[in-house]
Amino acid sequence: MFEALLRIVALIRKELLAILSDPRSRVSLFLPPVLQCLIFGYAATYDLNNVPYAVLDQDRSAASHDLLAALDGSGVFRRAAQLYNVADIKSVIDEQKALLVIQIGQDFQRRLEAGLPADVEVIADGRNSNTAGTALGYVDAIVDGFNADWAANHGAAAPPLQVTMRAWYNANLETRWFMIPALIGTLTFLQTLLLTAMSVAREREQGTFDQLLVTPFRPFEIMIGKALPSVLIGLIQATLILLVAQLWFRIPFTGSYLTLYAGLLLFLLAAVGMGLMLSAVVSTMQQAMLYAFVIMMPFALLSGLTTPLSNMPEIFQNATLINPLRYAIDIAHRVYLEGAGLPQLVPDLWPMAIIAAVTLSSAAWLFRGGLE
Amino acid sequence: MIAPGEPKLSWHASGRARLQRLAALVRKETYQLFRDPSAIAIGIVMPVLLILMFGFALSLDVKNVPVAVVLENPSPTTAELASGFVLSPYFDTRELTSMPSAEQLLLQQKVDGIVRIRSDFARQLNSGNGQAQILVYGTDANRARIIEAYAQGAIAQFQARRAAEGYAAPSGGAAVVQSRMWFNEADDSHYFLVPGLIVLIMTLIGAFLTTLVMAREWERGTLEALFVTPVRAGEIVISKMIPYFVLGMMGLALCIFAAKFLFEVPFRGSVLLLTGVSTLYLLVALAIGLLISSLTKSQFVASMATLIITFLPALFLSGFLFDLRSMPAAIRVLSYALPARYYVNLLQTLFLAGNIWSVVLPDAAVLAGMAAALLALARAVTTKRLA
Amino acid sequence: MSMQPHGGVAVLGRHVRKTFRRETGETVVALDDLSLEVPHGGLAALVGPDGAGKTTLIRLIAGLMPLDAGTLVVNGTDIARDPQRVQDRIAYMPQRFGLYEDLTVRENLDLYASLHGISDEERRRRYPELFQMTDLAPFTGRLAGHLSGGMKQKLGLACTLIGAPELLLLDEPTVGVDPLSRRELWEIIARLVREQNLSVLLSTSYLDEAERCDQVFVLREGKLLASGPPGEVTALAAGRSFEAEPQAGEPARNLQSRLLDEPAIIDAVPEAGRVHLVSAQNGKSAAPEQSAAALAGLSIIPVPARFEDGFMVLLRQQSGAAGKSLAAPPLSPEPAARSDETIITVHDLVRKFGTFTAVDRVSFEVHRGEIFGLLGPNGAGKTTTFRMLCGLLSATAGTLRVAGFDLRRARASARQHIGYVAQKFSLYGQLTVADNLEFFASAYGLRGRRKRERVAWALTQFELEPLMRLPSGQLPGGYKQRLAMATALLHSPDILFLDEPTSGADPLARREFWRRITQFAEQRVTVVVTTHFMEEAEYCDRVAILDGGRMLAVGTPAEVRGLAAAAGPDRATMEDAFIAIVERAREHRMDASP
Repeated sequence: MFEALLRIVALIRKELLAILSDPRSRVSLFLPPVLQCLIFGYAATYDLNNVPYAVLDQDRSAASHDLLAALDGSGVFRRAAQLYNVADIKSVIDEQKALLVIQIGQDFQRRLEAGLPADVEVIADGRNSNTAGTALGYVDAIVDGFNADWAANHGAAAPPLQVTMRAWYNANLETRWFMIPALIGTLTFLQTLLLTAMSVAREREQGTFDQLLVTPFRPFEIMIGKALPSVLIGLIQATLILLVAQLWFRIPFTGSYLTLYAGLLLFLLAAVGMGLMLSAVVSTMQQAMLYAFVIMMPFALLSGLTTPLSNMPEIFQNATLINPLRYAIDIAHRVYLEGAGLPQLVPDLWPMAIIAAVTLSSAAWLFRGGLE
Repeated sequence: MIAPGEPKLSWHASGRARLQRLAALVRKETYQLFRDPSAIAIGIVMPVLLILMFGFALSLDVKNVPVAVVLENPSPTTAELASGFVLSPYFDTRELTSMPSAEQLLLQQKVDGIVRIRSDFARQLNSGNGQAQILVYGTDANRARIIEAYAQGAIAQFQARRAAEGYAAPSGGAAVVQSRMWFNEADDSHYFLVPGLIVLIMTLIGAFLTTLVMAREWERGTLEALFVTPVRAGEIVISKMIPYFVLGMMGLALCIFAAKFLFEVPFRGSVLLLTGVSTLYLLVALAIGLLISSLTKSQFVASMATLIITFLPALFLSGFLFDLRSMPAAIRVLSYALPARYYVNLLQTLFLAGNIWSVVLPDAAVLAGMAAALLALARAVTTKRLA
Repeated sequence: MSMQPHGGVAVLGRHVRKTFRRETGETVVALDDLSLEVPHGGLAALVGPDGAGKTTLIRLIAGLMPLDAGTLVVNGTDIARDPQRVQDRIAYMPQRFGLYEDLTVRENLDLYASLHGISDEERRRRYPELFQMTDLAPFTGRLAGHLSGGMKQKLGLACTLIGAPELLLLDEPTVGVDPLSRRELWEIIARLVREQNLSVLLSTSYLDEAERCDQVFVLREGKLLASGPPGEVTALAAGRSFEAEPQAGEPARNLQSRLLDEPAIIDAVPEAGRVHLVSAQNGKSAAPEQSAAALAGLSIIPVPARFEDGFMVLLRQQSGAAGKSLAAPPLSPEPAARSDETIITVHDLVRKFGTFTAVDRVSFEVHRGEIFGLLGPNGAGKTTTFRMLCGLLSATAGTLRVAGFDLRRARASARQHIGYVAQKFSLYGQLTVADNLEFFASAYGLRGRRKRERVAWALTQFELEPLMRLPSGQLPGGYKQRLAMATALLHSPDILFLDEPTSGADPLARREFWRRITQFAEQRVTVVVTTHFMEEAEYCDRVAILDGGRMLAVGTPAEVRGLAAAAGPDRATMEDAFIAIVERAREHRMDASP
């Protein structure tokens, strides 16, 4: 037993040495997660801050001017064109000069003063309907603000029902707060899956696997020796992303690091188990890379990262139950943004424990089978 | 066995020999393509998988959001307000009478939002000072924002109904937003996800798959003997593009078919134009794939590089999901160098808006320029020389 | 300069220079001011140690690389000016032909036929001819990847010949090819030269192949040492070749090993139980028994010189002792007592892959301290047997005992007693020499002082100390093999397994390698080795010959030669014996099958 332990330690040392002694491989392991985190942090956002809009103001009154000023001052909208003719709307939208066209009718101020509802027509370019919908939501909010101001300034009665809005855990509703914690799981998943599958495939391809097999190593010892370094590298990558999230993007961390790392450890074991399963069936690094990619795509797309799980039909929602990334993203959100503790995470933890157990033991089984 | 030298040489120079060589190389590439399980996985299994996921699983449309409506003191008025939520297709309402139990549900993620109507709501409403509180689970900001908007809509309807029924005095004039979403009246996210899918599949087949082919020949040492034959370097490049071009076009046809008949996304432009711009994009992708392949000479490095240079940007920096205008200037500038950006724009326009020449022409021109430059480059780096 | 395509010069090189830049930034001169003339028609061979520039020269002639300086005219065309014109009219078979393994035999051939613009009609005429010549007719529908090594080479040759070239360039066409296939390949090439007046330029590390050529070019470190008919090189050793009979009971390899240390001896190889040696001085002036102490009292007879002898003399002349920079501690002169303790027992061993039986009821025994050779053509089941012995593959049936352990049950325990050197370098290239040794020492359960001692031993024994901080992937070829052997011996195993250790190595490296093996055998390490070089069987105590998964013969080299003697001449070489035994067995099988 002690002998086996020493062998495993030697193998782990060798793996880490092989990965970390080469500056190029060091860079390729730790730079991409940080860069991806930075780029996706900026790029992968559904928030808008630069929406070009065009105005067709047929009223040209103080009221319409106030409304437009509110839009311009929002920091979200940028006036890209001034229209004078209804016929111009089509071309502005078609040619993507503006995402929205705001059309204010010529009796806008008169109707307001008369206490009548005054229509503001908003036409949105729905080619990306999510972006358009978000922009329309901003317009709604700004018009609400304009109405309140108008009522206050003109002594009119406020509407009888006031709505107050509050969002828990992400008060300003920033997509980035959602995306970046999720990246802790997503980016490490890809890297550890690939790293593990590749480390065995590389040995096979370069013939060193046979050299390893003629030593007294038993298959499960090799498996452990391959799994632990990947888990360790995964934890380091996760830490780097966590640092970028806090130090660069300044997203406040509300939970406990211990809880987060406990969840990550379980998740990485599941990911490494999948990598080992993959490595047992591929014979070259190139195959490992391609199949890791083929596996990665559905897991990443069906994890709740880009589109919510609850929007999916039941059958797909059920399919995501075997996706460790889904739980890892949830854990990252709940610990990072909500400050959840271990007891609250139990519904995420036990499925990952089962996935890790299943993948690691099937990998062991495939490994032994593959050696015959 | 030796043929006389000179006539043989002129035979090689003729166009017919060129065609014969090209046909033989294309046949070879095609056999290899269909005998390689990983090519099948990337070129056929993956596109089908993506179509199914994008068509059925992925959606940004918020429907049936579980919300708790807390009526601390139920009355006909509050019931009427609650019914606005109950009847809305966007919400799946649970009526409760206490706030703590609702918050418990929110913490357990059983509901995504809470509408709280306090016990003195009816009285305060009658005095023109009604209060409703909406609390959303904000972690997924995009979804939370949509939920907020729908909730506000439900309450606004309630107000309007009451005003119409004469319960409350008209609250004075107010601007009312009448919005219309052009090109996607149904506000269905598939309308833009499915065209975006085409970009991913074309990138996958065009760049990711072809990036393996030249590197594979270098790795397996199959080029050395091939070079010392009458074959010209340009013929090698062209022969590697043709099968993958055909496969890419088949992928496109499959996507258009799925978009039209499976997901019922409208198609308003011309199929001819779509085929044309797709050809351009496919040429760009093929050229990038071959270029990376020839430069790296290693399948592994090439596929990693192609993934980072083409596939991930196609997903994140093309405007297919995330609005480019809202990204920081540096990333926006970077996106202008990415062919996927132009193709996404072309696809969304041709599918949903129609043949808008002022969009199609400039974007297509950029793609054509990129295709020409990259193809020339791919041809230039392929020489019959061992490095 | 002759511009005529026929009857003149096929390749004319003047002051050719080619350098490469290493990753580390230093410049390596591959070819240095080389001038040569390859006549039209006939066979010409490039020979020389590794790193001589043979492959580079062939690639330059094929127009695959630009020259740094000088001119190279191929069939009247300056290669630098119009490489395509040359490539239209020559054919080239690289060291690894690079067939498309996922295409069938027929598809590979079709591709090359189309590239050369061969019409359908011409194909109908030429295919049967090529298939008959290469014996590939029954396999046209098989994927090239599923062919044996020898058949792949033949298919590669067929692909290069389809274009009816004027000049054929072959880079080490017989590396990794068994003696039978090698002979067939040579027959094809010889026929082409004879019947079609083809010019062939080939590089080879088999010196007996060079001897069969019309013209040889001896290269060393980018320079031309000699050129001319092989007889001219052989003549350099005239009167210097002898054969010595070792004392009764002493293996010839031990005498050979001692002889190599003598300054008066240029070269020595065991052969047919005796030692073939080349004296540094001409036989007339000084008899070798007077100048070499190791030969005292032995019976020595002069023999005719061979090309190999001349080659060794040439290398020695040019560079002093560099011709045999062999470094191994001397052996004790008295032969170790041979024990009859059996260390490997193989009985009725069977291995099936699906319905295919790769190894069919093979039985043999290996004694402690023996060098045991496994010989056989490509696809004979050598490798499969070998992998089962190392515990890398499980047996379908039969008994397999290694170092006292039943491999079917106690595989891991048996591994503690064996060392394994794979055919391909298979250590961690990105780790340093020291790290590799360190890791494998731990893997074998060594620790503390014992581990330090063994690692230090390995570094000294294999002279790896100056390179210990270098990543092992960057070691020069010969050192890689040393490191592989050092690693396999760290835990002082009882048995050392070596899979084709000398494949692709030059004659010098092969001598150095066997020198060490001889030494380990003396230290009672049992060595099991596979090889394609039949003359290397002479180093073995006993050899087994396999074909078609079956054991054809087992015994001492003399016994095996004796088996063939009935069929062949009295003093058959190991290669003749091997071919005779395999062919006889194949005929039998053919008769037996209905």
